[in-house]
Amino acid sequence: MRTLRIFQTSAFILGASLTAFAAAETPADFLQQFEMAARQESASKQGFSAQRGETFFRTTHGREWSCSSCHTQNPSADGKHAKTEKRIAPLAPAANAERFTNPSKVEKWFKRNCNDVLGRACSAQEKGDVLTYLISLKK
Amino acid sequence: MNSIKRFVILTLTTTLGVASLNAMADKRIAAASNQTWKAECGSCHVAYPPSLLPADSWHVLMSGLDKHFGVDASVDAKTAAEIDSFLQRNAGRNRGTSAKPILRITETAWFRHEHDEVGASVWKNPKVKTASNCAACHTGAEQGNYSERGIRLPR
Repeated sequence: MRTLRIFQTSAFILGASLTAFAAAETPADFLQQFEMAARQESASKQGFSAQRGETFFRTTHGREWSCSSCHTQNPSADGKHAKTEKRIAPLAPAANAERFTNPSKVEKWFKRNCNDVLGRACSAQEKGDVLTYLISLKK
Repeated sequence: MNSIKRFVILTLTTTLGVASLNAMADKRIAAASNQTWKAECGSCHVAYPPSLLPADSWHVLMSGLDKHFGVDASVDAKTAAEIDSFLQRNAGRNRGTSAKPILRITETAWFRHEHDEVGASVWKNPKVKTASNCAACHTGAEQGNYSERGIRLPR
């Protein structure tokens, strides 16, 4: 009887910690996902590059805005919405621990912002380069 | 016996009174805000109070979030449904006469009337930049407070 209870308790703790582990993602987890997706997109995939990510982040792509139009040239600092002036919290994980921890948020914002900046979805290669750049930034 | 009865009645009425006061306060807060609405509508601009547009305007806005004044503001279907229902429940009444719903709060007769004393130089101030930037002058806009006392024109 007692053994059973101990077993139940440990099973519960194990289950709870597994759930917590699955829910709490880190920027490195997203990088790994983009890595896998990029390999599926193209067999000749190159490794992610912070420098390529930075260039991508700062330049326009045939439309009015670049990523830095709102997130500024310094993603470790506060940004400002290009149209409404609303403050945007820093994007670099070193400056804002909430960034790249929530899968639905990451998906939502890449979808919207890539559409606004490029007029299409971003490739996994592009997302991986940008995230590599953002992770490389210090506070 | 009588005094016990009186005590019971008194306690009951007090309890009920406090409970209904609490219920009223909850209702007032719930009517003014919704977590999902505040988080989603408040990330690119101030979460504009639902009472500032009539229900049909909100509905048209909510059905075209992927092309929201030139920006992709799409949210998933579940989130959109929750926000739409909150907006419908708390929308303002239709003051306009036009058949086509007004989508910009700044184009409503109410907004124009309320801001008719605001000079051109204020609107042109780089700290204001756009009429949709409520918080430039309404210092309590983020908290949903648009009272006259909270107004500070930027220099």
